[in-house]
Amino acid sequence: MHGPETLSSETALLAALRSGDEDAFSALVDAYGAAMHRVALTFVRSRAVADEVVQEAWLGALRGLDRFEGRSSLRTWLLRIVANIARTHAVREARTVPFSSVELAREAAEREPALPPDRFQGPDEPHPARWASFPAPWPAEPDGALLSAETRKLIADTIAGLPDGQRIVISLRDVEGWDSAEVCSVLELSETNQRVLLHRARSKVRAALERYLITEPA
Amino acid sequence: MNDEFSCQEMIEVVTNYLDDALPPDEQQRFERHLSYCVGCSTYLDQMRETIRQTGMVPREESLPPALREAIVAQFRNVKRD
Repeated sequence: MHGPETLSSETALLAALRSGDEDAFSALVDAYGAAMHRVALTFVRSRAVADEVVQEAWLGALRGLDRFEGRSSLRTWLLRIVANIARTHAVREARTVPFSSVELAREAAEREPALPPDRFQGPDEPHPARWASFPAPWPAEPDGALLSAETRKLIADTIAGLPDGQRIVISLRDVEGWDSAEVCSVLELSETNQRVLLHRARSKVRAALERYLITEPA
Repeated sequence: MNDEFSCQEMIEVVTNYLDDALPPDEQQRFERHLSYCVGCSTYLDQMRETIRQTGMVPREESLPPALREAIVAQFRNVKRD
């Protein structure tokens, strides 16, 4: 899903950048700048801080360009720089939660079911751990409910209200469309913990859609 | 030990399933359960729909022009150093 944001010839681009070619630099900013800005906005809540983070990240990238060894793509390298700087600023934004990989791992270790246990039959019922009643199907697409701007707003608001790790992982995986490996690399998170956070986040977004789309019969 | 997934277990491994991250035996158990369970099939469809809808949340597609300008100006300054 990276589409136009992937630059083809990184070697040539790197050479141009190292020789101080401003057009090459502008092309790089146009290719990855918006994605970096969105990453910053995922970590920090204020736009002013996000702007600062992105500028600082580009400065860091410029200074580190000579040390870039191509072990990751330029894109992943840039995203990792912006994520690290954004993380530092997020902590400084007077929020108590440090966005370290240790902290994200701790969030992943907390137990939290995808659905409340009462959606399933209890141990004394005929089929323990099977559905108490099946989830109601959502209205079909032509109805339009799922396509509305209101639905998108509901999803965005639900994501904004998630705990930090879940919010960041679902934003990168499902809103930005990154693959699992890139998210793990940028956040320095194990595949397992990344998937736990993603699963919890998706389950909550699904539950929010369910509440919105299914009106309980009175 | 029952070697079938319960519905309650199914909904906890949906993301692993969609990421192709289940061990082969668990993937088989997952698919076997899906083949007879309407509730879990509906749930899986809804998770897929959730992912699709989340991918359509509007995003900012380009940098604010002033920020872009500031970044490029930074490049000129670094070059001069």
